[in-house]
Formats: sequence, structure tokens, C-alpha cells
Amino acid sequence: MAVITYRDALNQAIREEMRLDPSVFLMGEEVGVYQGAYKVSRGLLDEFGPMRVVDTPITELGFAGVGVGAAMVGLRPIVEFMTWNFALLAIDQVVNTAAKMRYMSGGQISVPAVFRGPGGSALQLAAQHSQAFESWYAHIPGLKVVMPATPADAKGLLKSAIRDEDPVVFIEGEMLYNTKGEVPEGEYLTPIGVADVKRAGTDVTLICHSKTVSVALKAAEQLAADGIDAEVVDLRTIRPLDHETVLASVSKTHRAVVVEEGWSFAGVGAQVVDVIQREIFDELDSPVLRVTGADVPMPYNKHLEKASKADPPKVIAAVKRVMYLES
Amino acid sequence: MATTVVMEALSPTMEEGRLVEWKKQPGDAVAVGDILAEVETDKAVMELVARAAGTLLKHAVAAGTTVPVGQALAYVGAAGEVVEGGPAAQTTPAAQGAQAAANGREKAPPTPVAAAAAPPAGGRLKASPLARKIAADRGLDLQAVTGTGPEGRIVLRDVETAGARQPTAGGRQATTTAPAPSRPQVVTPALTVAPGAAFTDVPLTQIRKTISKRLAQSIGPIPTFYLTAEADMTRAAEAREGLNALGEGKVSFNDIVIKATALALRQHPACNAWWQEDRIRYWADVHVAMAVAVEDGLITPIIRHADRKTLREIGAEAKDLALRARERKLMPEEYTGGTFSVSNLGMFDIDEFTAIINPPEAGILAVGRIADQAVAHEGQLAIRKRLRLTMSCDHRVIDGATGAQFLRTLVRMLENPLGMVW
Repeated sequence: MAVITYRDALNQAIREEMRLDPSVFLMGEEVGVYQGAYKVSRGLLDEFGPMRVVDTPITELGFAGVGVGAAMVGLRPIVEFMTWNFALLAIDQVVNTAAKMRYMSGGQISVPAVFRGPGGSALQLAAQHSQAFESWYAHIPGLKVVMPATPADAKGLLKSAIRDEDPVVFIEGEMLYNTKGEVPEGEYLTPIGVADVKRAGTDVTLICHSKTVSVALKAAEQLAADGIDAEVVDLRTIRPLDHETVLASVSKTHRAVVVEEGWSFAGVGAQVVDVIQREIFDELDSPVLRVTGADVPMPYNKHLEKASKADPPKVIAAVKRVMYLES
Repeated sequence: MATTVVMEALSPTMEEGRLVEWKKQPGDAVAVGDILAEVETDKAVMELVARAAGTLLKHAVAAGTTVPVGQALAYVGAAGEVVEGGPAAQTTPAAQGAQAAANGREKAPPTPVAAAAAPPAGGRLKASPLARKIAADRGLDLQAVTGTGPEGRIVLRDVETAGARQPTAGGRQATTTAPAPSRPQVVTPALTVAPGAAFTDVPLTQIRKTISKRLAQSIGPIPTFYLTAEADMTRAAEAREGLNALGEGKVSFNDIVIKATALALRQHPACNAWWQEDRIRYWADVHVAMAVAVEDGLITPIIRHADRKTLREIGAEAKDLALRARERKLMPEEYTGGTFSVSNLGMFDIDEFTAIINPPEAGILAVGRIADQAVAHEGQLAIRKRLRLTMSCDHRVIDGATGAQFLRTLVRMLENPLGMVW
């Protein structure tokens, strides 16, 4: 298998889908001539021309609306947000139009659009540009929320998202773009709504997604040195949430820690904990704990920023608590 | 601002300790130097002393809990001060009162055992959902299970342990399972397998963990060879009888062997050494470690400068060390720093055996029993008191001839006790 970056995996997905289906097009700020703020769309303008790789003005609400309209009349837009922090300006189109159209038209009109871009924090982008919004979008009936952690999942899931008949919020990570991983040769799709066990284990389940997958894997490695065998479940899709994989894992390990980048209150982990306690209460040997970002606007100071993020030591501490090894 | 009391490293090899008993309860006044708790290290039960004065605000761990060195155990601060993650001190006397009223123990700490055996009045038995399910599936009586989770919560590991000891439903009464409050996790009853049970699981104590770690460390990486010799102890027995007849303290054969070993080591310093990975450390002084069996393991207190002490001094010291070892009252410096070990199973009628080296020491002497044997003596068949000695040698330090020479000196010394004062 080829080892490529997450960025190139996304590029391959878009390129393959644009070659297969002339109704697929890409639009957003700097996606064309500049080849993308994070170079995800490198080479696409040359191959597909300005009708299908469209540079937009800095008007998130405007071009998101154009995307929704295009989808309503039969095209398959990929709307790139330079980051999901900027997409706050466009959230009315995503939530009030894209997510509602199938319902409000009595099933007559679907919106097969993909809204994509990096979410969460990178390094010292400060309070306004370091936010993880997946729980906002996952709250909305009518939206699918997909958050791949690896290049292989990024490619397979973006292709599935482009082919999906309904709007998909596809959240990437600035800190993920340069990460490398094996990607299968040839055409493949990764199904939306299916979690993936990234590391098998027997003692505790670490449930994570996107950037926190590497946090959980590092924690699992260090825990292994202490003789604790952690299973790492990568949700991959936030909505629809894959209950089956999560519940099977926790039924096996009897203990769980949910790790996420975003804030604790009403976060993705809260939903995961709800499912676990409701469905498999009798399998639990300890309360499910969560490791989240600190409940503050992201500090600019790099030490405070580091302290605010979910990291392996915090995960390890939580694991020791759910295993009753520490109080 | 409250001071955090942490698990201290109370012995040189201690990595974690078990909080045996709290001596101070939330709300109690604490002065520097007060004994806060008893802690079981890998070797002994030690006292944890207060480093700060004030009021004990909160216990962070329950008695019976094992925690790594450095972890918070309790908080000491101003009366009424609130510490993070727990109630202020003023909320605890009521809880304490309830506990005391419920189980009638005067100052018993809220150990998990006590909580499980006699839940506080109005309280309920706490168990994780999984523990409840498994107990129901297997017909286990949760009332008789000791909870080791927070506030005595019964968790998976507790029902697993109990499952092995309590094979049939309702087999035990809670009152019969509560051990003395000061030793909440002594599991002596489990040492006999219950009728019908295939096995009994007993959690490892700190000392057992250390023994296993260190012995595995020994038999694996240490290339050991063994030398056996037989000593004629007839004259030593006569000498001992004579000494004891003086009525100035008893001398045992083991004391004689320790003394002779120390003197032989003095003559053969190549055997009085430590393997140090990148070098061999030959010790100038001779400190003989003697293996002493204790309740659930063994410990090796040291007779320091055994070569320079009289038999009477060795006898008195060995007796005192063995007694305090059994009471687990030895200080770390009393069982560390030996240069050579002696292990004696003669009192159990063992003819001979091989002992496992206690690293980094390079040798250990295994002492069997003294038995009357028919042997050739001065050209005649005679009944003599014979003793078998087996020396285990770390070949990285001691070669065959080196060990043999030491052992020959030792045997000659034992066969001619006057050699010890020569």
C-alpha cells in the first residue's frame, strides 16, 4: 500500500470523484489558483478548469448558500471552509437550509453537498480559531458528521460523503494534513456511520475521534508498559453514531474513557456516555470518564494551550481511575 | 492552603505501598511528627509521619488501598478548609459518628472490609453494575464480599476474588469474614482451599511481589552453580554445649555457621562481593544476611560485621532480628546491605538444599540439618554429627575454584571451632 499524507488522500478522493461524476465540483476560498490554503486542492484547477474548481469571495454565508442551491438542483458541491471557525458565518445555510430541505419538501428535494475543512485547534491560533464544533453539527437532525483520523479513512470517507444523497459535515484537522499513513491502492469506499477499532485490547476502551485518536493510541502504548491493555475505538463518524462497535468493545472491557478535543458540556463524549449507560449498564464496572478540552476559550499562551488540550497523561489518569488503580 | 500528604518511599526498593490503617481521622489535629497512618511497604509495616501541622481535612485513599509512591493520601490544612475534590473537614464528624454507631468499633477506620461487612446505618451496599450482575449469575452473596473501590464499592476484581473463595451461594456469614480492623487484608482463611473449590486466589501482598520479582530476577539472568560439602559438626556440637553450659545466653548452630561463614569470607574476599552489571564490588566489611521466614514470605536481616562479633553477640542479635522480622518491625537499614547470605532449613529436617542468590550478592549458603551419620572417622567407622552445606555462586563473580576454597575454609572452621578464635 502507498504511504501518503492525509492531505493527499483527500486530494485523491476529490480528484477520483470529480473524474467519475461531472456533477461534482469544488468551491471555496483559495481552492483554485492558490490550490487551497492547506493545499488539499493542489492540481485540481489545472485538471478540471475554473467551472468545476471555483474560487469564491470571502463570504462564507454566500458561497455555502450557493452550494446548497446547486445541490438542490442536482449538482454535488464540495464546499471548502478555510476552517470550521470561519464557517460560523455560514451555519444558517448548513443548519437551516441543507439539513432541513429533505424534511420540509416532503422528501422531494435532497441536498447532496459536502461541507469540509479543518476543525479544532492547531498551534497558538487563539480563542477564536481553535474550536471543535462537531457536537454543534451532530446536534442537528438531517446532518451527517464525519471526522476521519487517518489518510485511509480520510479518502474512503470523503468519497462516501461526496456520493451521499444528504448533506455531510466533513471535519478535518490542520494538524492531521501532514500525517502519513497507508492508503489502499485503487478505488475503495469507507462507509459512513461505522467506527473502527484502531487497537484491540481487553482492559479498558478508549473512545476517540479525529485528532484524539493519536492521543488515545499514545496513551494505550504507555499503558501497555504498565500491563494495561487498552482498546482504542475511533468513531470516525459522529452522526450517525456507531453504537454497535462502541457497545461491543465496552461489553468486553467493562470500562471506558471517552476522549475528545472539544469542550465537555454537551460534547460528543456526553452522547457516547449516554448510549453506554443506557444500553449496557450491567456491563459497567466503573463510571465512564471523559477527557476533554478545558472549559475555557483556548488560551493563546502556548503553555496554557497545551494544558488545555486532551493529552496522553490525562487519558492515562482517567484509565487508572476507571480501573480503580488510583482514586 | 492545604498540604498534601503523599505516599513516601519508606524503603529503598519501595515503588508502592498499602495503606494499612489510618491513625488520624478527618477533623483530627495533626502536629509535625505525628503518626498519620501505617503503611505496608514491600518489606515491612512502617509509620507514615506528618510533615506539616494543622487539621487532617480529608483522606484521599481508604485503608487497604495500594498506591504508588508520590500519590496523594490525605490533606492537612486549616480547620474547615475545603480541599479540591472532597468535602470539608466539618462534614466528616457526622459521617464518622454514623460509622461508629453502625459498627460499634471505637476508632476503626472506614476500611472497605468494615464497610462491606457492616454497611453504615441507612447506607446501602455499593457495587458496580457489572459486579452485581456477576454476583447474581454466580449466586454470590455480595454482603460477604469485600469492596475495594471508592467508598467500599464492590467492583469486578472483588467478585472475581470472592468467587474463588465462596463457591456456593450464601456460604458465608458476613460476621465471620471481617478480619481485625488493623489488618484488613490479611487473607489467612484463603490459604486453605474451600471444599469443592478448584483453587483459591489470594491477591499478592507487597512482600510477595517483591520476592517474586527478585527471585525471578535471580534464577533467570544469574548464571548460578552449586558447591556442596559436608562438615563434621561433632566438635562444634561439643563446643556449643560447653558454651551454653556457661549460662550466659544460648548459642545456636546457626549462629556458629554465621560466625564461621563471616570468618571464611574474611579469608576469601572474592566471595564477599556484589555483581554491579558493569563491575564487581568487593566489600571490605562482612555483613551476613540471614534468611528469616515470616508470616507470608521471608526477609533477610543483616548481622553486620559478623566476623568481628563474638558468638554470644551474634546469638543475641540474631534472636532479636528474627523476632522483630516476624513482627515486621525491622527498619530498612536492618535488612539491606548484606554482602553474603545464609539460609538454614535444618530446623525443618532438610538434609540439604540449594538456595537462590539474593542479588546483587554473589553467593548464598544453604544449611541443612545436623544428623548422626555412620562415617569413616580416623580409620574407623563412627557415628558423627554431619552437616551438609551447599553454596550457590554467581559465576559472573565467583569461579568454581574460588567458591571451593571458601567452602573448604568454612568446613575446616566448623570442624575445628577453635579455628574461629585463632
